[in-house]
Amino acid sequence: MIKQYLGSLFLIELLKGLKLTGKYFFAKKFTIMYPEEKTPISNRFRGRHALRRYPNGEERCIACKLCEAVCPALAITIEAEPRDDGTRRTTKYEIDLFKCIFCGFCEESCPVDSIVETNIFEYHYEQRGEQIMDKTKLLQFGDDYEAQLAQDRTLDAQYR
Amino acid sequence: MSDEMVTIQVDGKSIQAAKGSMLIEATDNAGIKIPRFCYHEKLSVAANCRMCLVEVDKVPKPLPACATPVMDGMVVHTKSPRAITAQKGTMEFLLINHPLDCPICDQGGECELQDVSLGYGGFDSRYVETKRVVKQKDLGSLVATDMTRCIHCTRCVRFGDEIAGSRELGATSRGEHTEIGTYIQKHLDSELSGNVIDICPVGALTSKPFRYNARAWEMSQKETIASHDCVGSNLSLHVRRNEVLRAVPKNNDAVNECWISDRDRFSYEGLTQSRLQEPMIKQDDKWVAVSWDEALEFVASELLSRTKNDAAATGMLMSPSSTIEEGFLLQKLARALGVENVDYRLRQSDFSETQTPWLGQSIADLSVNNATLLIESNVRVDQPMLCHRVRQSALGGGEVMSLSSVGYQMNFSMHESCVVAPQRITEELAGIAKVLSNLSEGSVCDELVSLYPGIEPSPSAIKIAKSLFDGATSAVLLGSMATSHPDYGLIQSLSVEIARLAGANVGVISHGANSVGLNLMNMLPKKELASAKSFGDMQSEGMKNVVVYNFEPVYDTYDAQTCLAMLRSAEFVVEFAMFENDAQKDYANVLLPITPNTETSGTFVNCEGVWQSFTGAVKPFANSRPGWKVLRVLGNLHNLEGFDYMDSSEVLAECKAHASELAGISASGQWQRQLDSSAGVARIGSVSPYAVDSVVRRAAALQKTSLAENGVVRLSPELASSLGVQSGQRVNISQGDETIELSVVTDHSVAQDSAVVPSDVVVSGVLGSLYGEIALQK
Repeated sequence: MIKQYLGSLFLIELLKGLKLTGKYFFAKKFTIMYPEEKTPISNRFRGRHALRRYPNGEERCIACKLCEAVCPALAITIEAEPRDDGTRRTTKYEIDLFKCIFCGFCEESCPVDSIVETNIFEYHYEQRGEQIMDKTKLLQFGDDYEAQLAQDRTLDAQYR
Repeated sequence: MSDEMVTIQVDGKSIQAAKGSMLIEATDNAGIKIPRFCYHEKLSVAANCRMCLVEVDKVPKPLPACATPVMDGMVVHTKSPRAITAQKGTMEFLLINHPLDCPICDQGGECELQDVSLGYGGFDSRYVETKRVVKQKDLGSLVATDMTRCIHCTRCVRFGDEIAGSRELGATSRGEHTEIGTYIQKHLDSELSGNVIDICPVGALTSKPFRYNARAWEMSQKETIASHDCVGSNLSLHVRRNEVLRAVPKNNDAVNECWISDRDRFSYEGLTQSRLQEPMIKQDDKWVAVSWDEALEFVASELLSRTKNDAAATGMLMSPSSTIEEGFLLQKLARALGVENVDYRLRQSDFSETQTPWLGQSIADLSVNNATLLIESNVRVDQPMLCHRVRQSALGGGEVMSLSSVGYQMNFSMHESCVVAPQRITEELAGIAKVLSNLSEGSVCDELVSLYPGIEPSPSAIKIAKSLFDGATSAVLLGSMATSHPDYGLIQSLSVEIARLAGANVGVISHGANSVGLNLMNMLPKKELASAKSFGDMQSEGMKNVVVYNFEPVYDTYDAQTCLAMLRSAEFVVEFAMFENDAQKDYANVLLPITPNTETSGTFVNCEGVWQSFTGAVKPFANSRPGWKVLRVLGNLHNLEGFDYMDSSEVLAECKAHASELAGISASGQWQRQLDSSAGVARIGSVSPYAVDSVVRRAAALQKTSLAENGVVRLSPELASSLGVQSGQRVNISQGDETIELSVVTDHSVAQDSAVVPSDVVVSGVLGSLYGEIALQK
């Protein structure tokens, strides 16, 4: 009873709390000042999709449609026909990013490492319909981030 | 095979099997799965893939189940360690040279090799050497090849030999160098070639029009009935996102077994080409798209006012490939409006015959006839699945004979092939009847005697008559070209006479998918009504108002010139059409877009009289509507009784109540000759197999095949030399007022002084009757 009285008279609990505050006040900060600062990203990060090309510029996708089949959200739509040189190619490759749940199954199922998920997660849409990534856009992303994509996959290769 | 049964034991289960049957048949019947590639139940046993190896007690080595006859008391193990090891070993050998290109292979997802390797194969490959590569082969516009994938099961080779009747594919070289291909670079010309796609267990032979279009798992399967011939083959349509992507056969042993013709398989390509999208009305010579309400109200008010005054000058014509529901409703509408001039016999010129044009026997029975006489029938390309049955009869020792104006190439050997000019066919038939009367000691009827007094039967006629008379079961079949013959009625009378004397069946192989059904629905003028006009009468007398239902007059009629003239001179023409074409814009006043049978429910009655119903596989294209619905609404708009159907099954029920039983074909009583020997060149206006209806004509891949040979006239060598032309040269052909230019092919099989000018040659002008006189000029 007396101990409790003395404790509150000399503000012991308050000082205890202030001590913790003081400790963090002077300690090294771990807040990331997004967007000026960014957290490191795993090379397995699953962000917006891209379609890759081979080094000779040929698109990798062969329209096998495994990604379309495996997609749990039915976000992928593919149409295919023989290209002029007789090879199997897509005429339409669309991913609806509103439907996509970024599970990465498409990337897992791809036999030619064509559809991949980049580490890009910062994007927005201003109009309805912009969320549908068509073949041209996806190939463009692939071209833009090829260096990063190739590096990520090399790093991950040892665990596969 | 005897009926005797033996008992064998498979995996500890006791099963019964017919003595002499193969082990794999017994296990298949018992539902025990044995993997296989080369075995196919409709083909002979080759036993070259070795996938079906099983262990049999007291036998030192594993045995192939497909080539091991069952024996009483046999004990078989399909899943013993030894059987499994053998199967795994075979699988590993098969995969040594099989490329790992499943992701780009069209067979992926429906591949027997994938399935069996997953179920019976190992998990990884020990083979590290180079795989073999086989050069791609070009087999034409229907079948795509990737011969590296071939595992040499030889199903396609045996199919050509045993079913298609022309050995087009074969295996060359030995061992690892074995290749399947045509010996000399050529295309597949068989009318059944598409079936090799189905029987190929791997992706070596795939469909070219379907190439890379879709995966098996994306499509849903809808059943339908083929609409291009009177067989009514059962089909499965594969549909994705409301589009028919391919057609494959559906097993029906009574009709098409597991095969279909190329026409049924690849015609789906035409379904979406140049379709009519909106109802249209011609206003001041301009075509205006209107709503269905507007179009139907316009048609109803016009038809009502016009038929009130002029029912006798109104005619309704329908394609013989329309469904029975459509036929029933159109004639019901016509007759409710007082119009008796209805007809579906568009490729006929002799309308004296109104009996139901059916086969007179079942399709399956065709394969057991001892003697078959084909009259003016190119059954091989016109009705390939009927030819398949006739061929089976020939292979089984039956005698097949033909009497026609062209010696058609069949895929079996003919006992006798009698080729005469079109005008002499009835004469030959009379000769056959006369020989038969001597053989049977009966007498021919008086009409025949008075028509052909003192006829001398030709050697062919004697041979044919003998064979028909000796055959325990024999059939006289009138081909679809016989129904087009100007003497159809007489040919039928003579055939019935022949059949009576020979104890044979008479059958008619009709045009279109549903001639039998439309006949049963009375979609033709009633014989007892003298004022009712047939298609021929309508053309010769001219009509003020015409309803054109689902056909293209330029291609689908006996005499395109006359039919077009009738339509052009008519005041009011309503056309129910699936497709757009130039001619309709000229003669029609209203165009109503209707659907093909893939987009509506309906029923076809095939040539053996079986009613086969189907439902729509996809939604109607654009703003088109199922024909029966359009007719129903027209009935309502006319305030007619009994048009309040809720769905097509109600129409079908009424059709069934309306239909009479099929009876054997009897003498028609037609004993007048129409086509007399003429001095000029007789046209034989055959209908090309890939031009039989508007859908097929628009199927691109079929049109590139050799069977669709277009723009040629076939002449007998004598006629060609008398004209001074050779194969490859151009010749002018005139019929009526029009002249067209075609290139000449000399052909020994064409009757003398005759020229085969198909109905689908529309180069610069439209020709007249299929069996008319033509003039040829160099």
